[in-house]
Amino acid sequence: MTFTVYVPRDAGALSLGAGEVAHEIAREAKARGLELQLIRNGSRGAYWLEPLVEVATARGRMAYGPVTAGDVPGLFEADFLSGGAHPLSLGLTDDIPWLATQQRLTFARVGVVDPASVADYVVHGGYQGLRRALAMSPEAVVETVLASGLRGRGGAAFPTGIKWKTVLEQPAGQKYITCNADEGDSGTFSDRMLMEGDPLSLIEGMTIAGLAVGATQGYIYLRAEYPHAHRALSVAIAAAYQARYLGADVMGSGKRFDLEIRLGAGAYICGEETSMLESLEGRRGEVRVRPPLPAIKGLFGRPTIVNNVITLASVPAILHRGAEHYAGFGLGKSRGTLPIQLAGNIKRGGLVERAFGLTLRELLYDYGGGSASGRPLRAVQVGGPLGAYIPASQFDTLVDYEALGAIGALLGHGGIVAFDDTVDMARMARYAMEFCAIESCGKCTPCRIGSTRGMEVIDRIIAGQERESNVRRLEELCELMVQGSLCGLGGMAPFPVQSALRHFRDDFTAGARP
Amino acid sequence: MRRIAADLKGRPGPLIEVLHAIQAQLGYVPPAAVPLVASELNLSRAEVHGVVSFYHYFRSTPPGAHTVSVCRAESCQAVGAEALADHARQRLGVDFHETTPDGRFSLEPVYCLGNCACSPAVMIDGRLHGRVTPERLDALLSDVGRKR
Repeated sequence: MTFTVYVPRDAGALSLGAGEVAHEIAREAKARGLELQLIRNGSRGAYWLEPLVEVATARGRMAYGPVTAGDVPGLFEADFLSGGAHPLSLGLTDDIPWLATQQRLTFARVGVVDPASVADYVVHGGYQGLRRALAMSPEAVVETVLASGLRGRGGAAFPTGIKWKTVLEQPAGQKYITCNADEGDSGTFSDRMLMEGDPLSLIEGMTIAGLAVGATQGYIYLRAEYPHAHRALSVAIAAAYQARYLGADVMGSGKRFDLEIRLGAGAYICGEETSMLESLEGRRGEVRVRPPLPAIKGLFGRPTIVNNVITLASVPAILHRGAEHYAGFGLGKSRGTLPIQLAGNIKRGGLVERAFGLTLRELLYDYGGGSASGRPLRAVQVGGPLGAYIPASQFDTLVDYEALGAIGALLGHGGIVAFDDTVDMARMARYAMEFCAIESCGKCTPCRIGSTRGMEVIDRIIAGQERESNVRRLEELCELMVQGSLCGLGGMAPFPVQSALRHFRDDFTAGARP
Repeated sequence: MRRIAADLKGRPGPLIEVLHAIQAQLGYVPPAAVPLVASELNLSRAEVHGVVSFYHYFRSTPPGAHTVSVCRAESCQAVGAEALADHARQRLGVDFHETTPDGRFSLEPVYCLGNCACSPAVMIDGRLHGRVTPERLDALLSDVGRKR
């Protein structure tokens, strides 16, 4: 008999030794004369259990983790291939509470399927959304996305359906679908996980977008820091062409959709949509003044959809199960589910997809298990390097667009970075300015010069020079950057600084913490 | 380099593609590439130089035999990335953006490798490593040093 074993090829799992584990399992099986089907899946997102090895049994998939290469002979001795008992056994994967309590719509297949296999994708519900879309008018597809309440998961939270409608309404001619896969925010990795674990859902989402607005060409703008995602996407795109889900005759419909990956080159600013379009055109990633909106005049001057990976990958399920199904999750204006990423100083970090409606506290403690260091959590930064710092006293805030906005924070791409009580918030504020200075595209003065001045002022505050007047100067500078910058980089880089000043003022005035 | 540019120039917005191809082959984009690429793509030298210098990923000097990228972003900072960065600088005897005198290691900062649930993260020659302590970094550097 052939045993089926799953060992992730997800970059995070590999970073903890999954490659060596897979190699060791294959070697050991061969030495024992056992026939093995070794599937390199994505990660389930429970990174504290990675490398998480799964075996297919009659009862379902059984999990073992975290497994090191050294554990492999012992696992064979314990007959793990049939689900045998072992200290690393976690039981049925689907029963692990951290996973069982999640509501995975967009990440339903991540960690489950073989990301390289179209056949496996289809078995797990793949291409049902595209099938539906092909039977609908473009207007009806756009209406479905609009009715689902899906908002841009890249960070700006703009209603996806409205963007699509604008592009649909432009006169026929060359239009483009572009996917922003320049996931640069620290504390976020959901795009990477999805592209490595279920790339076909992104490909399907982009194909649906193309049909909906009359675009025949798609580009995925992928950051150069993601070589594993690049490989997984390349393999999946080739497989989709082979199976005629991409190309001149998508699913026998006679409609064309072509898709190509373009690599970024290490510029955070290219996650800003107009800067990304400049980069796709082969230029410096300097932001464009809006209007015109990319939906009207985007890539190469043509109407263009710019959507984040998670946004596009959520579309197939919306088309498959209907707008009402998706909108049935969440609350208020935050509909559907949100893939939240728990990062930084956290015990059980990883990806939690749930309907909107959880508090920070539930995420940090029920899922995250508190800090990794065992010390009290002091602050979290939500929404990447441009997101506000939130103190422990506000951990009961709901994690949705409106509730976070109400306390002067933002959800962004859904990353939560936890810090324990050893963090020095004046230093984190300085870093926010430093990062802005490194990554500024240089086009507008408030961002280009303001960030460097901000760093210098914070240095003086930390050094104890004229603290009060320098803190005042810093506050004025932040206000100027927020009001005067062209795009979100300079306009939002002050948010972490302002929030640190607001909630952790002692760190600025009492001298540097040890 | 001229051939790479000629091969790719038919593609829409080809400059960054061309620079990636050159760097993939040579490890860097030599200054001599700028006028060649400019003439092949019908751009000004300033336009090409502007792009090369804008993007952190493109380098104008040859890299060391091994490139060590240490993440310096918030998630990694929350679990000791600054100490790890100090350790890397000390151990290699160079600062960020520098190459060891023997040409074996280049040390680069990186702002997020997307491995934030397993911080701190380091990438060595395209291989990603998570939860890297100073001791583990030493072991990894010895490993690649031996392979050379």
